[in-house]
Amino acid sequence: MLILTCPCCGVTGEETEFHAGGEAHIKRFGPGSDDEQFHSYMFAKENAKGVHFERWRHNNGCGKWFHAARCTTTLEVFGTYSAQTYEPPKEIKDKISARRPGWSWREFA
Amino acid sequence: MSKPVSALEGASYQGFAKVEEVGLRGMITIRGDLKSAGMKKAAAAATGLDVPGQREVKLDGDTALAWMSSDELLAMVPYAEVDDRIAAIDKALKGKHYLAVNVSDARAIFRLSGGNAREVIAKLSPVDMSSDAFGLGQIRRTRMAQVPAAFWVDETGAIMVVCFRSVAQYVFDLLKGAAENGNQVGYLN
Amino acid sequence: MSTRLAAGGRLLNKDRAYNFTFNGKRLTGYQGDTLASALLANDQMLIGRSFKYHRPRGVVASGAEEPNGIVGMGEGAKFEPNQRVTTTELFDGLTCASQNHWPSLEFDVGAINTKLSRFLPAGFYYKTFISPRPFWKHVYEPIIRKSAGLGKAPKERDQDKYEHFYAFSDVVVIGGGVAGLQAAYAAGKTGAKVLLMEQTAHWGGRAPVDSAAVNEGKENINGKPVDKFVDEIVAELEKMDNVTMRTRMMGAGVYDHGYVLGYERVNDHQPDAAGPRHRLWRVRAGHIITATGAIERPLSFAGNDIPGVLLASAVRDYAINYGVSVGDRTVVVTNNDDAYRTAITLKTLGLSVPVVIDARVLPEDSALMAEAKAQGIRVMMGHAIASVKGGKRVTGVEICSQAGEGAVLETIDCDAVAMSGGWSPVVHLWSHCGGKLVWNTDFAMFQPDVDKPPLGADGNGFVTPAGAANGALDLGGILADADAAGKAAATATGHKVGKGKAPTAESVEEAPMAPVWLMPQGAGIKKRMKAWLDYQNDVKVSDVQLAAREGFESVEHAKRYTTLGMATDQGKLSNINGLAILSDALNQPIPQTGTTTFRPPYTPISLAAIAGEARDERFQPIRKTPIYGWHEENGAFFEPVGQWRRPYCYQKPGESVHDAVKREINQTRERLGLLDASTLGKIIVKGPDAGKFLDMLYTNMMSTLKPGKCRYGLMCNENGFLSDDGVVARIDEDTFLCHTTTGGAETIHGHMEEWLQTEWWDWKVYTANVTEQYAQIAVVGPQARKTLEKLTDADLSSEALPFMAWADITLGDGIPARAYRISFSGELSYEIAVPASRGRELWDLLLAVGAEDGITPYGTEGLHVMRAEKGFIMIGDETDGTVIPQDLNMQWAISKKKEDYLGKRAQERSHMADPKRWKLVGLQTVDGSVLPDGAYCVAEGTNENGQRNVQGRVTSTYYSPTLDKGIAMGLVLHGPDRMGEVIDFPKVDGTIVKAKIVDPIFYDKDGEKQNV
Repeated sequence: MLILTCPCCGVTGEETEFHAGGEAHIKRFGPGSDDEQFHSYMFAKENAKGVHFERWRHNNGCGKWFHAARCTTTLEVFGTYSAQTYEPPKEIKDKISARRPGWSWREFA
Repeated sequence: MSKPVSALEGASYQGFAKVEEVGLRGMITIRGDLKSAGMKKAAAAATGLDVPGQREVKLDGDTALAWMSSDELLAMVPYAEVDDRIAAIDKALKGKHYLAVNVSDARAIFRLSGGNAREVIAKLSPVDMSSDAFGLGQIRRTRMAQVPAAFWVDETGAIMVVCFRSVAQYVFDLLKGAAENGNQVGYLN
Repeated sequence: MSTRLAAGGRLLNKDRAYNFTFNGKRLTGYQGDTLASALLANDQMLIGRSFKYHRPRGVVASGAEEPNGIVGMGEGAKFEPNQRVTTTELFDGLTCASQNHWPSLEFDVGAINTKLSRFLPAGFYYKTFISPRPFWKHVYEPIIRKSAGLGKAPKERDQDKYEHFYAFSDVVVIGGGVAGLQAAYAAGKTGAKVLLMEQTAHWGGRAPVDSAAVNEGKENINGKPVDKFVDEIVAELEKMDNVTMRTRMMGAGVYDHGYVLGYERVNDHQPDAAGPRHRLWRVRAGHIITATGAIERPLSFAGNDIPGVLLASAVRDYAINYGVSVGDRTVVVTNNDDAYRTAITLKTLGLSVPVVIDARVLPEDSALMAEAKAQGIRVMMGHAIASVKGGKRVTGVEICSQAGEGAVLETIDCDAVAMSGGWSPVVHLWSHCGGKLVWNTDFAMFQPDVDKPPLGADGNGFVTPAGAANGALDLGGILADADAAGKAAATATGHKVGKGKAPTAESVEEAPMAPVWLMPQGAGIKKRMKAWLDYQNDVKVSDVQLAAREGFESVEHAKRYTTLGMATDQGKLSNINGLAILSDALNQPIPQTGTTTFRPPYTPISLAAIAGEARDERFQPIRKTPIYGWHEENGAFFEPVGQWRRPYCYQKPGESVHDAVKREINQTRERLGLLDASTLGKIIVKGPDAGKFLDMLYTNMMSTLKPGKCRYGLMCNENGFLSDDGVVARIDEDTFLCHTTTGGAETIHGHMEEWLQTEWWDWKVYTANVTEQYAQIAVVGPQARKTLEKLTDADLSSEALPFMAWADITLGDGIPARAYRISFSGELSYEIAVPASRGRELWDLLLAVGAEDGITPYGTEGLHVMRAEKGFIMIGDETDGTVIPQDLNMQWAISKKKEDYLGKRAQERSHMADPKRWKLVGLQTVDGSVLPDGAYCVAEGTNENGQRNVQGRVTSTYYSPTLDKGIAMGLVLHGPDRMGEVIDFPKVDGTIVKAKIVDPIFYDKDGEKQNV
């Protein structure tokens, strides 16, 4: 059972306090988008082996959403950060580079 | 004259720790910019207390102001004074984007006292209840068995537990079971 | 015979005798005994029967690895099957009984299976019961089920208490032998918070036994006897405030990110004491030390399963710890030096050891060998046991050369055999979370590969093995390794290590062991069929070899095919021997074969401990409205709605549920009904962007709603499907109150917060879930206004408070209330929200003032029927996660002016606009009966799978008291275009119900009743 640190309230808690919310940094496509864009937004999800970015909610806690950068094979948590951002912050990316040189995930590396 | 009644009408249980439902308490959820001057004014107007820092609770007898999340506070005041305090908050934050709403009736509050009260919580919530990890002035929102709950330690060393009103009986039963005589663990001081 | 010796028994309190019974037989033991030692002390060697062949079984081990000695413990509400006698502490009044035999332990009919064992090899069931196919379900399975399962399930409710406990510690040390003690001490000295757990009731593990087995002083720690070292270090640890020590607590499992389950058997040894029976510790550790010791391996020779054949270490444990001799004449058979300790111990205690049979050929005598010989014990090097003689008890052994095929050279009478095949570190906890293993050739054992530990949240290893569990088998090596582990764990958790040195130890040097996996080396099939690997599941050397021949080459496949290691002991004794045999059969080295996966728990833990507090009234939260008490007292027939319990109806004495529902509806339609609607979700949405936000959430336009008014709205998820509905009230310019369904309150609040926090975080909107702040009571029916007017001066006329408006009013004795004129029943209706703490007060008031109009509380079924009569949809009935508003003909609730709302883009997809989507219609049976819920309407022909085509289904169906006939709603292909058509709904009994497609609004289509 994982432990995560909520960047909003600072609590380091066990997984039962949190709720996983799928892939992070997804851009919404609404009316006006074509079928391919909408399909990709709605259904095509990363299934990374290794570095992955996810959304989590501290539902049994402060109630806030946040992002987590994790390794899906070793379960290492590289860091958690604000949900109000379009990309992982530099310090998180640097930390991943130090631990997993040459990593990439979608458009990030 | 009829009067408002709390969920369990003051139920209590004495085990190795004492569990008491403490009756109705005024509670106001305040959402807004916690760092703003207006919020400082609103906090003072509602409770006479400073805006608490992350996961802090400011205490003054039965009045308290707790940090619930980065944009939310919980003010605890006498039940009968909630409308006045909300009016004071409204005044302090007039023109600002905020929310102040009465949640007094949506909650149940329990007081846990006795030397081993911390162990009662530690049986139900995945939280380090050792006194060096969780002390006076801190509030923790988490789950208690299968429901959300929040708790803090008051000046007397008692632990105050807040949960939703609809599950008051469930939470009371949980606390009661955990506090039964003979169920001491002897791990926490 | 096995018996209690006059002397010895370091763990016993001989001043305290305990009475207990086994199969009804009254026996006596001492405080400090395990059930195993007490049974042996009473010469109860035969304890059970094996699973498959019903072979006689006696204890083979002295600890958690025991496969044979399992019994049913206690009676009635205290009964529990499959309890290991070796880990059960004796208490006064204990009762237990043997398992897996009929009619009796001594005479068991099932033992015929052993005679048939030639015909019951590995895979027998798979091969035999495969055909004819239909036989499986009706013949084979019932018969096999009857003989499956070990022990009997308890019949009565468990009367004991169980609980969880969340603990946090820098360092968790699992195992309280000398390694665990030293590791805890080394870590504790740094100031780190340490939790040390030991599964037995005693500290020190087996080291005191081993040192006591050799002559005084030859094995010591810091120059002191091991016993004394243990006492002293325990005393030191007890003085440390930062160290917690728990006995009777097993490290059951190691999981991701330093999570450890500790299984504390608080009261198993004192069943009448206060407190929980078991406590499951859910520990989060900074670092874990596994000081779990090692387990001795059996040797594989013919007849090694006969009661009286035990592990050599176990024979020694029983003698030294419990003063019990397993036999008067014990033959020792070994491939290593350690077993000589047993020979020496027995001899020293005055018992007979006719011979030590050692499979090795050594150039010179080792120290222990020399000591044994000096005591006059005969040693036969290079020899083996050809077979053990005896049935329910060992009577002798036949000796042969290890190198040959088993020609008997000599027969020696004996009543016990002590065997040792070497030692295996207990790597289970190291491996649970991914720690890898390496093969140690010198000791023929797997041990932790310390370079490949399980990884924690920070990406670093979080488990360090220590002592014998790490492959250190000598006392000095164990202590040095444990000391280093303790310090490493403390360092890993940010503590500074001081100067303290590891204790030094003197121990007897041992000659190398020799891997011996089969005895004798060239044993023929007859012997291999009698050489047991798994004692409980009856897996023999021949079975594993057969599995290999039949192609089950993967160790995981061979395990499942043979059931090797699948018994309640999970192969603690059998696994290494089994995979050595498998490797040999496959002609590959053992590391290449590998091990099966080690999974938690280490030994079985009680289900009740896993459940913890979650049982009886605490099984799950039951949410109660402020009016719940009244419902309970007034005949409510409750139904669960999410975690809420809502009255389905209120039964009067002698009234059926059906009649109650009918009465409630009729009374509400004709006069006055009352509904506890408190469970409805209520969410405040406030801010300058609240209107814009609600326009995104709801399919219709909410921003144009005027303060003081209400509007019904639909919510879809981003995939277009209808997820919730409810009435929104605009409180003021920037505040809305959104009503959700009962089940939707938390979900929809979460849904709102998700979009606000993760997509539109620059929008100025705050939400608050105030569902439980209010008790909400619907006053419904033609007399609703008149009734409420008795409680308020407020103007409730249709001019002052028209349909779909709300007003703040005061009721009764100053109860602040908000009255919403909304209706889910089609009647004149007010939903009154008051503070929850005054909900019951208002309910009672309404009952009092409504009495003259026959006020009638109604339940959820009445609510459902009345809404169906009105053609109102219900989330969860008309919707199931695949239904869009357009399917329900609710285009009227979808704004065409809005550029966007959640679900809009999804609803533009071609299949969402497909005219063939089934649409909502009303259904009226031709004969007036009630359609079965969920029934499908059939169409002509069959689909590609040969199944009958369908063209619609029933979504809601009720008996309508108002219309006195069955009414239903359903989704039907081209439904709205087929009004009046009669379609067929087959029932499960094969008959067909004919129903006419009609308008879904069955009652008061123009809304005249609600709009008065």
